[in-house]
Formats: sequence, structure tokens, C-alpha cells
Amino acid sequence: MTDYNFAYLDEQTKRMIRRAILKALAVPGHQVPFASREMPMPYGWGTGGVQVSAACLVPEDRLKVIDQGADDTTNAVSIRRFFEKTAGVATTGRTSEATLIQTRHRIPEEPLTRDQILVYQVPIPEPLRFLEPRETETRKMHALEEYGLVHVKLYEDIARHGQIATSYAYPVKVEGRYVMDPSPIPKFDNPKLESEAIQLFGAGREQRIHALPPHCQVVSLDFEDHPFEASKADHDCDLCGSGTSYLDEVIVDDAGGRMFVCSDTDYCETRRGAGHLGRLAATRQEDAA
Amino acid sequence: MTPLLQVKGLTKRYGARIGCADVSFDLYPGEVMGIVGESGSGKSTLLNCLAGHLEADSGAVMFDTRAEGLRDVRAMSEPERRMLARTDWAFVHQNPRDGLRMGVSAGGNVGERLMAVGARHYGDIRAQAQDWLGRVEIAADRIDDRPTAFSGGMQQRLQIARNLVTGPRLVFMDEPTGGLDVSVQARLLDLLRGLVREMGLSAVIVTHDLAVVRLLAHRLMVMKSGHVVEAGLTDQVLDDPQHGYTQLLVSSVLQA
Repeated sequence: MTDYNFAYLDEQTKRMIRRAILKALAVPGHQVPFASREMPMPYGWGTGGVQVSAACLVPEDRLKVIDQGADDTTNAVSIRRFFEKTAGVATTGRTSEATLIQTRHRIPEEPLTRDQILVYQVPIPEPLRFLEPRETETRKMHALEEYGLVHVKLYEDIARHGQIATSYAYPVKVEGRYVMDPSPIPKFDNPKLESEAIQLFGAGREQRIHALPPHCQVVSLDFEDHPFEASKADHDCDLCGSGTSYLDEVIVDDAGGRMFVCSDTDYCETRRGAGHLGRLAATRQEDAA
Repeated sequence: MTPLLQVKGLTKRYGARIGCADVSFDLYPGEVMGIVGESGSGKSTLLNCLAGHLEADSGAVMFDTRAEGLRDVRAMSEPERRMLARTDWAFVHQNPRDGLRMGVSAGGNVGERLMAVGARHYGDIRAQAQDWLGRVEIAADRIDDRPTAFSGGMQQRLQIARNLVTGPRLVFMDEPTGGLDVSVQARLLDLLRGLVREMGLSAVIVTHDLAVVRLLAHRLMVMKSGHVVEAGLTDQVLDDPQHGYTQLLVSSVLQA
């Protein structure tokens, strides 16, 4: 396909985005404004992530796209097709084979390596947005490191629910300086933010890019007497039997039947391929046959 | 004895009009200064200039900081000024909605200043919030209610608790009893008087209610058209007013 420039965006735009990315990597957790472009998809479908991916892709890359952990849902399929068409890069479902992974709402279970880039789609990059509506004020709060308000939110959680009920988009402090919203990943994934891979966060509508360089210190905020806990459903995966992966709850009939399955489809398939079987794996295979 | 707050020649103009002009006074620790005057006389402008909400055009506001003694607040950097505003200073707004977070529970409102200065122990924060709600006579079981569920008088008391929880040394109050009915006013004044005495607070209180300054203020400044026309001990100014405007002001109050 030669009708498009490589990876859809023109070279000047990619250059502008790369500059923002470099700046974001130099100041971990800081939101860098960039001139977000119109993309051929609606806001909220990952326009920020797609632009960051487009600016990072090279022809040798192997791309993986995740939507809520899965490779085969609408958002993941259409973004993967988009780059197959406009960049002609190879794609994969395997976390370990991918060099660039664009994700929405999850970090892969398999630890990432130094050769990989993880790109997040971010709806609202500002961790203070729902606490302080004024952009002028939130910028000042970031500049002056006034983050007491984030704890007010956590205080309210405990006062109302007896525990920190924030379960996704859990605020973190990066390198002891900036408070960052890690995009709506479950708080189970927060410990994985300290990674060997480069992590880039793109918010298209809000026109912000922020980033975590490899081995960056990322601390989830909490209280001394209510420490942070990376929680997940208290079950094993019903397909692959994993007791350590993040689970989705699936309702299977109208009689209260339910199953828990890995949200990371690649992780689950790899484990099943290696012979690990969960509670319902046998029946599922019969269904398939 | 060094004054806690020393104001010299403070002037604020709105274009050609005067907000307040050439205001100077000293405020000593434990002292309560009342500022009275009619609407538009520059009381609130003066208070906002003192508290750093408005930038004055000229003059100096010297504050006796804990670390470095007297320093000009206007020459401080913004982080320093904001730090001061949430530790040693407090500001009580006339309308509690301006000073409270209406979407956050009473406990969270009181705890915010504690968390802003680094408190990270939920139990301690909650215990302190509980203690302060008790001190301003809000029932302990209301700690998780939002201020929207409170009456006007309770909201104002909550605002005071939220401001005093970090043990400030200087409180700015902008008509703290405005918009409250008389019996609630009386209780609030009683409470304020107790707290001021107990904590040894200094305060600058702006009001147009002479009864409020009579009860709370040690000293009084009377403002008219942006200028201070008379200043002195409260009783002296109210009982023996010298300036024509003060005489008018004092005689305007209905004797119940």
C-alpha cells in the first residue's frame, strides 16, 4: 500500500510527536502537550495511542494491539488492521514476539523486556481532574507538587467504603515527583508499571503525552494504615488454572453460573498450550469440538 | 515584641478607582483586629491583599515566619506563599461554599489541610477531624456527611474547623457571620471567641456588623472610600467616635 505515508501520519507530525515523547521520557510522569491530529477514528477509540504508535513504528516492528487484555475485540482488531494497511508492519498476538504493543486498560501478564515499547491509550491524563476542574489550577498543583488532594479522594474512599475502593486508574507517584494517572488499568497492574520496557501514554482528545522510562520508580499512593493492595478476583482461571493473573468474570447462563477467565488472552492461550488446564477447560474443549 | 503582621502603605487600585489606599497597621500575636466600613469601602480588597488573593500595587505585608522572622509576603515566591496559606494562615470566607469542598465529606474537608502538609495516616487524620468537629459543635456521626447536607451555620463552623486544624497563627475572616440568623450568629461568635482565646490566634476580621467587632476585636479600623479614617481600641472607637463617618456608622445601629 503506497497511497499512505508510512504509518499514516506525515513525517512532520511524527517528528512533532517524537519530540513530545522525548520530553515526556526526560521528565517522567509529566504531561507534555502535543498537537494531536484528527485520526480516522472517533475520540475515545485510542486516537492518542495510535498517534504515539505511528510515531514510534519502524518497518521492522512487530505490532500487538490489546483491548482490555484481549487481541480479538473490535478496538484491537481495527487498530491492528489500520497499521497493517498503512504501515505494512507484521502483527502478532504473542506478547513475547511483539516489539511494539499498543494497549487499552491492561498491561500484559508476561513481563516486558528492554526491547519492547508499550503504548497506552489514555482517556483523561490528568489525575487531579475530578478533584479540581480548573486546568490552570491543576497545572499549578503539579508545578508546586501540591498533591494533598489526591489523598482526599482516597480518604473519601475509606470513609465511605471502609477501604480504598478506587480499583482502576489508581494514582501513582513517579520518581518521587509527579503524580500520574496510569490510564484506566486495574490497580492489579500498578506494580507492573516498574518495567524494563519503555511505556508511553497518549491522550488524543486531551492532547497530552506522558511516559515512564525503563526502571522508573512508580509508587502507588496510599495511607500508612491502609496500604496499597494490587487486588484481583479471588479465583483461579477456569481455562488455564492460573492463580496469579488478572481475571474477567463471565456470566455463562441465566441460573447464576459464572466463570473466571484470564483477561490477558495471549497469556491464557500460551498456558493452555503448555498443558495447564483449569476447572472448566475440559468442557470448553468439548464445546469447541 | 515583634508584630506577627506588619502592614505598611498597602495600596490597591482598580484602574483609576481606589480599592484601598495607604493602609498601615501592626498586628501582635494573640490580637484580633476588626475592620469595619460600609459596602465598597475597601474592606474585602484589603483583606484579600493581605491574604495574597489579590496582588497589591504597592506597600509591604510583613509576616513573622517561624523560620526566618519578619518577611515581606509580597516578595515571597509562590510556593512559599501557598505553603504559608495552608500552614500558618487560614482564610474563612463569608460564604462557606467558597471555602469548603462541597462534594467531599465533612471529615475529608477537615482532613484536607492535614493531608496537604503531609499527613498519611488515615486513623490519625480521622481522629483529628473528629476532634475538630467536636470543638466546633458538629455531632460526631455527621463526619461522613457532605456539607450540602449541613445547615448554613454548620457549614460555617465546618469551614472554621477545616481552617484551624493545622494550628494556624493568623486567621483572616471575611464576614464570618454574614447570612446567618442572630441566634446562630451568637453561637458562632461564642465559639470563635473561645477558639481565639484558647489557641492564642491572631485574626483580622472584616465585617459590617459592629456587634461582631465589639465582641471579638481588640482593635478596630474604620474604612471609608478605601482609606482608614479612624483606628484604635474597639471600645474607644465605638463609644467615642471621632471621625464624622464613624459617628454616622455607630449611630446607624438600631438599639434593640
